[in-house]
Amino acid sequence: MEAPVHASPVTLYVNGTARELVVDNRTTVLDALREQLDLTGAKKGCDHGQCGACTVLVDGLRMNSCLLFAVARDGARITTVEGLADGPELHPLQEAFLERDAYQCGYCTPGQLCSAVGVLEEMAAGRPSAVTAPEHPSGQAVPAGDTEIRERMSGNLCRCGCYVNIVRAVDDAAGAQAGAGHGGSEGGAW
Amino acid sequence: MNTADRTGEGVVRLEGRAKVTGAARYAVEHPLDGCLHAWPVPAGIARGRITAIDTERALAEPGTVAVLSHENAPRLGEPEDPELFVLQSPRVAYRGQYVALAVAETPQAARAAAAAVRLEYAAEPHDVTLTGGHPGLYAPETVNGGYPTDRERGDFDMAFAASEFRLDTRYRIPPLHNHPMEPHASTAVWEGPRLRVYDSAQGAHAVQSELAALFGLEPERITVVSEHVGGGFGSKGTPRPQVVLACLAARETGRPVKLAVPRHQMAQIVGHRAATEQRVRIGADGAGQISALAHEVVTYSSTVREFTEQAATPSRTMYASPHSRTTHRVTRLDVPTPSWMRAPGECPGMFALESAMDELAVTTGIDPVEIRLRNDTAKEPDSGHPFSSRRLADCLREGARRFGWEGRDPRPGTRAEGRLLIGTGVAASGYPVYVAPARATARAEAAGGYRIEVDATDIGTGARTVLAQIAAEALAAPLDRIRIGIGNSDLPKGPVAGGSMGTASWGWAVHKACRALLRTLAEHSGPLPEEGLSAHADTSDDVAARSDAYARRAFGAQFAEVQVDMDTGETRLRRLLGVFAAGRVLNARTARSQFIGGMTMGVSMALTEHSTMDAEFGDFAERDLAMYHVAVNADVPDVQAYWLDEEDQELNPMGSKGIGEIGIVGTAAAVTSAVHHATGVRVRELPVLPESLLPGLAEWRRPAVV
Repeated sequence: MEAPVHASPVTLYVNGTARELVVDNRTTVLDALREQLDLTGAKKGCDHGQCGACTVLVDGLRMNSCLLFAVARDGARITTVEGLADGPELHPLQEAFLERDAYQCGYCTPGQLCSAVGVLEEMAAGRPSAVTAPEHPSGQAVPAGDTEIRERMSGNLCRCGCYVNIVRAVDDAAGAQAGAGHGGSEGGAW
Repeated sequence: MNTADRTGEGVVRLEGRAKVTGAARYAVEHPLDGCLHAWPVPAGIARGRITAIDTERALAEPGTVAVLSHENAPRLGEPEDPELFVLQSPRVAYRGQYVALAVAETPQAARAAAAAVRLEYAAEPHDVTLTGGHPGLYAPETVNGGYPTDRERGDFDMAFAASEFRLDTRYRIPPLHNHPMEPHASTAVWEGPRLRVYDSAQGAHAVQSELAALFGLEPERITVVSEHVGGGFGSKGTPRPQVVLACLAARETGRPVKLAVPRHQMAQIVGHRAATEQRVRIGADGAGQISALAHEVVTYSSTVREFTEQAATPSRTMYASPHSRTTHRVTRLDVPTPSWMRAPGECPGMFALESAMDELAVTTGIDPVEIRLRNDTAKEPDSGHPFSSRRLADCLREGARRFGWEGRDPRPGTRAEGRLLIGTGVAASGYPVYVAPARATARAEAAGGYRIEVDATDIGTGARTVLAQIAAEALAAPLDRIRIGIGNSDLPKGPVAGGSMGTASWGWAVHKACRALLRTLAEHSGPLPEEGLSAHADTSDDVAARSDAYARRAFGAQFAEVQVDMDTGETRLRRLLGVFAAGRVLNARTARSQFIGGMTMGVSMALTEHSTMDAEFGDFAERDLAMYHVAVNADVPDVQAYWLDEEDQELNPMGSKGIGEIGIVGTAAAVTSAVHHATGVRVRELPVLPESLLPGLAEWRRPAVV
């Protein structure tokens, strides 16, 4: 194989392990994960930041990995869907997705899960969304609830149409995480 | 139905853990040494001929291994689908058709090489615009599904003219794109005389058979693996050009090649639901009883292949209609080839028919649920056959009860919350019960447990799980004793995952094989041989022996509530509820997801999905997911699905009807009927857009302006 003309060494800390790579500078984090590290959990749905299937956590924040150049993320800590479970023990969100059947074909699922991890952390950290009440005190945890979850999960497309089950799953996990402070479900109010 | 499902909620998908941990491998995710990457080059004109190809710059891109075009690609045998005859001719039939392929060491290099290919064309004038009076319209021999193009019963013109109430309306649906989350994708590996392909397909055997014709191979020398498939919705029902390109490139380079269709090329390449213009005329008496029903469909196909969306067929079967005319006309345009999209025929056709039923209800002053009950029929009007089961009326009544339909004020614009107008609507749904012959093997293993094999495909339906459940029930064994193999053309042949017939078709074969295995085991004494004991089944005779004295369909009813902002014209769904009668439901958990998923796609069709053919360039204007809007989570606040118990002995040993498509059928009409109830504006062209509503909303805005 010819050496790429413009290539750079980078170190990515993926799911807790340092991975040293030489990347063509055009390589996205998504392609580095999928093609160079054989971590195919993060999916390529559109490669344009429009579908969310490639969502991973970068230094704790959810991001579309198809929009990130690997060369610009040297030293980043990346968590992919492969890194969510603790050994054989699934992450509460993974358990909730199974229980609520919050997936069908499974292709958007890794992105939904990583996005949901980010959502729960954002709400716990008090970061408002477009539907958070304006009077909500800054910096205080935003209560989970269907409207908040739907809004925050809307960057992750699902063509099979699992949205209502995804909301239930994320809400279950939010309840498990927040305990008594959980905002609760708004579903079935009508 | 089995020990792992004590709650009645349905067992969790067998591959669920693999899907939520990222371990499930899709078509271009299999690690192969030396695998190359391919990137297709689409045609830049809508009609004409390639006059020159310059690949010098492309080949000079670092990492480029090959550039294929009609000038140097190996000759192919003739496939069943001419769309697969790629890189064989300089002709261009539509903009976006694949005309070259770059193959390189990395995805980055392949993309750069594809961009560097220079093409020159002799362009010819193109015609990409469907009109109701298009001079090229003709009556095809049959329409999709093999249905008759035209049907006449009684004397429609006479009966329509004599009717007390006459409705004459036209409905338009734009092109719609399947857009499964996993793009069409393939990995091809030549292993000596054998070809191994990982393909994102709805049927591995269908891919195998086309590749055999194209590459002149015995089918047995080709293995197609489709173990996990990231959705398809019809668009992966037959092989698509990318799998042929991957095989060509792998043969030319002598190395494995993977190719995933870039999202922005999918609208042109993978098939779509063709636009339809549908005229519906209903003649009825003062009691809302239909005497005359005409449903006339105009649509298009490409010049490559005839495909006629069978949108008038629902009107042959839904309601009593003594005098009926249903027709299809198609014209061939210089456009990408349309194909199957979730519930072809039924989905667009029922949008028109059910919208017309709502209009008839409004015209006659009869409740929309009631008018459907009054036109219910125990016999299929077109065939005259009795339905093997038909619980449409029960679905309507149960849905009305659960939704809280009773007491609805039918007058538009009578409910408001601030600046929001609220409305409710209903539509019926239906879908044919198809079944196809299948084969399966069941083996009792020496080490204990059972191995079930059938080339079924699980595109997210839960097929893998429900087939294992069918086996467990037939063998009277716990589910965890069943190992199941699907998604591989080396396994016993099954039909494509389409037409909502998978469970019925594969399940029947699994059931039969398991029963045969029980008989074999009963005759066997002593320990099992090392290779276990096997039984094979083929349901060809069983399927052929089904009585043709019945019409077999699933039915349902959807109820929608929407809100329309009287200032902006924005429509949002508030809730959607469906009740279905689809035979015996085998797994409540996955069945509910199927119904809800179909309904969600129907909401998307009604409110957000919009594609336009650019007349100047002959291309779809909305080519990616930023421009072509599929519903997102916030668009779908509340969707509920219920089903009725339905015993039907005329189906298959499981008593099941298909559930994968009926959810989308009718949903869009329920939504637009709700929009009418909210605003008084009838939307006859999808999707519902603010500009369609705003003129009619002025009336509601006026009081607030004072």
